[in-house]
Amino acid sequence: MNTTAITTPALNPPIAADGWRGLIADWSSDRRAFHVSWGKAMMWIFLLSDTFIFSCFLTGYMTVRVSTTAAWPNPSEVFALHVGGANVPLLLIAIMTFVLISSSGTMAMAVNFAYRRDKVNAATLMLVTATFGELFVGMQAFEWSKLIMEGVRPWGNPMGAAQFGSTFFMITGFHGLHVTGGVILLFIVSFKLMRGDYDRTGNYQIVEITGLYWHFVDLVWVFIFAFFYLW
Amino acid sequence: MTPGTGQQHPISLYLKIWGLLFVLSAMSYMVDYLHFQGYLRWGLIITFMLMKAGLIVAIFMHMAWERLSLVYAILLPPLCLLVLVGLMFAEAGHTFLTRLLFFH
Repeated sequence: MNTTAITTPALNPPIAADGWRGLIADWSSDRRAFHVSWGKAMMWIFLLSDTFIFSCFLTGYMTVRVSTTAAWPNPSEVFALHVGGANVPLLLIAIMTFVLISSSGTMAMAVNFAYRRDKVNAATLMLVTATFGELFVGMQAFEWSKLIMEGVRPWGNPMGAAQFGSTFFMITGFHGLHVTGGVILLFIVSFKLMRGDYDRTGNYQIVEITGLYWHFVDLVWVFIFAFFYLW
Repeated sequence: MTPGTGQQHPISLYLKIWGLLFVLSAMSYMVDYLHFQGYLRWGLIITFMLMKAGLIVAIFMHMAWERLSLVYAILLPPLCLLVLVGLMFAEAGHTFLTRLLFFH
């Protein structure tokens, strides 16, 4: 009887106060909703906010594409590459997609090695991932240059609806910026991993958190590929 | 899954998912290459897109093994975006019709 009297308040803490005080107490009283490390929880919450940003871009793109009376340029032709005397539709975009998926694969393996405390393999695979990322950004730079030389501008283009250029540069540019940020993050984390910064705590979870960001960048590309290039 | 140890899964699983993503990407590319049109095109694009997104989130980002409190906190809010998409689609259709009426 005595023990229950002691333990019950701890299990069911009394409601401290009403109003703003109560709100603060409810969110602060050493209670946790997510049983993961704070770093992982915060990365997920950041990714959630990023989801909304990219979704707003894609929704804006949908809105201007549906509402324009001018013909939308055919992405299959605009992004075709001239290879061996024939135009292969979307070739560069397809290669970029495979490169980004491969980088996700190597990143997943880096996470696996990190949890096995194999920091040489983990750091190497992260650098491979970063290299794939750089390759992707490089190909995107090529694609941008090609389109700019063909006369595509944010305010107009020779192929059709003017909104094509603005949404293209906005969406792929913002995604490319994310890839670049991810490459920098991968370099920093792999460097710190090799230097032994995480050996003191023995916690290599930072690799998984970096991986979450990287897979998210790949995830966003899946939607851009479907809605912008294939639609 | 005790906190701190994190997510550990066999590399073979990641390699299988990697292969699957490659196949799905190749298939969505083929939709364009083979010039599928109309509902077939949109249906296939959306299907392959959702399958790829699901695999990335569930396996690569380990959502399949996380606790439900985190899963629902992250995956439910984006559903609000469907409301935005619906509203903007109706709005865009209306803009298109008024443009046809007054500017053409």
